[in-house]
Amino acid sequence: MMQRNILEYLEHTVTRFPDKCAFSGENGELTFSEVYTQARSVGSFLCSEGFEHQPVVVFMKKQPKTIAAFMGVIYSGCFYVPLDDEMPQHRVELILQTLNPAASICDETTLEMAKGYANTGKLYCYDEIAETPVNEEALAAVRERQIDTDPIYIVFTSGSTGVPKGVVGCHRAVIDYIENLCDVMKFNSDSVFGNQTPLYFDAYLKEIMPTLKYGATTHLIPKKLFMFPVALVEYLNTHKINTLCWVVSALTFISSFKTFEKVKPEYLHTIAFASEVFPIRQLNIWRATLPNARFVNLYGPTETTGICCYFEVDREFGEEEALPIGRPFPNTEVILLDENNCVPPQGEQGEICIRGTRLTLGYYCNPEKTGEAFVQNPLNNRYPELIYRTGDLGKYNERGELMFLSRKDNQIKHMGHRIELGEIEVVSANHENVNTACCVFDPEKKKIAMYYVGDVAEGELLKFLKQKLPRYMIPHTIRRLEEMPLTPNGKIDRNLLKKRTMENG
Amino acid sequence: MDKLIAILSDLHPDVDFETETGLIDNGILDSFDVVTIVAEVDDTFDVQIPAEELIPDNFNSAESLYALIQRLA
Repeated sequence: MMQRNILEYLEHTVTRFPDKCAFSGENGELTFSEVYTQARSVGSFLCSEGFEHQPVVVFMKKQPKTIAAFMGVIYSGCFYVPLDDEMPQHRVELILQTLNPAASICDETTLEMAKGYANTGKLYCYDEIAETPVNEEALAAVRERQIDTDPIYIVFTSGSTGVPKGVVGCHRAVIDYIENLCDVMKFNSDSVFGNQTPLYFDAYLKEIMPTLKYGATTHLIPKKLFMFPVALVEYLNTHKINTLCWVVSALTFISSFKTFEKVKPEYLHTIAFASEVFPIRQLNIWRATLPNARFVNLYGPTETTGICCYFEVDREFGEEEALPIGRPFPNTEVILLDENNCVPPQGEQGEICIRGTRLTLGYYCNPEKTGEAFVQNPLNNRYPELIYRTGDLGKYNERGELMFLSRKDNQIKHMGHRIELGEIEVVSANHENVNTACCVFDPEKKKIAMYYVGDVAEGELLKFLKQKLPRYMIPHTIRRLEEMPLTPNGKIDRNLLKKRTMENG
Repeated sequence: MDKLIAILSDLHPDVDFETETGLIDNGILDSFDVVTIVAEVDDTFDVQIPAEELIPDNFNSAESLYALIQRLA
């Protein structure tokens, strides 16, 4: 029978590898049978509370139980929304306002924090509800009703208006993604993943779902190790990790400190990376260290369920060259569109647009933003067909490989995170003594610079931003100006500020 | 030492770097900070901190970090 629910991955694997370690982390590990049992208990509990087709927040530290909680929410027919204990209060409040969740599942460390928020829905402690006796009948009834276009999760991404947007993922799109990703990456039951990305974006799907599908193992690497490169590589070796799907900055963190002169990864054979351009010099250090490993560049926005294009590094690249993002996964099509919504001639740039089952359902409770990005395919006026407009500009090289060029707007990629500079500006301007604010990004030094006009000291504004924005969105430099430079049409002169930032550092 | 305190204070104006001795253990610095500090130390002191010196002990206080810089200079 055709798979229509991601839980079938877990249910298939638990019969084959019940006692194998599925997920391990700082707070212990879970076998597949433990994940299965706890998830079904959580699902039974949520059913007994009468929830279905509603968002349920999972507000837990990064640990194996968090993943069991995700699955538990799906068992109940609800969809999970991961929140992190390190997210600043203001952002959590905005997300909860948008969601109005039925309930929030916490662990012992986050329960008190959650009580401080409005709009959490009912609060539950994971350890308590994970012991609920399984109600087979209720779970079977939910499954009967679930269809593959039902949501599984919502993850929030930076929004230029200052309010994060909740991207809604569904079973069908995730199954399409995982099946094709696994084929291309050649994952199997011997894959041992070292997870780097947080659980509150969709990047973790690359490790968690193949682990459930094949009965592989994922180690959730302690965040602290990403400050200490030698200890990090030693961790990979201790846990016999052979597969990484990391953001580029985490990989270059290791190579740029000449870590490989001290210690080399002994088991790694598959390295995938996403979310940023990999500097070729660093990539070449990795390839020289692990000449037999496969390196795969992944590309794709959250709105198309994680990743939609890939490029396996198949040849030498010089330092002045850029790595292609390659080609779409099977069952996904990339369309380039120019300003007139036409396909540009070969070799010329256009906006990267995505067509396929892979598309998520759009932004939660935000029809306006959804309508701007998920649009009728302009090449087809005969029947309804949505494409997603990424806002990324690309072109095909002479080999027919897709190349990423730049953004159409003020979105940047920084330390693996997707950031709207507009969100930082809006939040800054919320300070009572800030009149105007403008953010620019120096792509060479990888620094966010903020300029503002207002009656508040630079250090004070920094403190204010730390309360409102996640860590990765905090500007590296904050400079107060007497007045904003303006273009002849009276807009803030971003190019001048960018130039000034790149000259002065 | 003043230059180092200035670098650190730019990252966390609310921390007293003269007295704090648990910058790593208490979770004050994160990986963003460590990468920034290493780059700034290179720019300011012309000292390149090698991988094997990136360990918690060297980053727990401004004093231990300064000792490291002097040792590598």
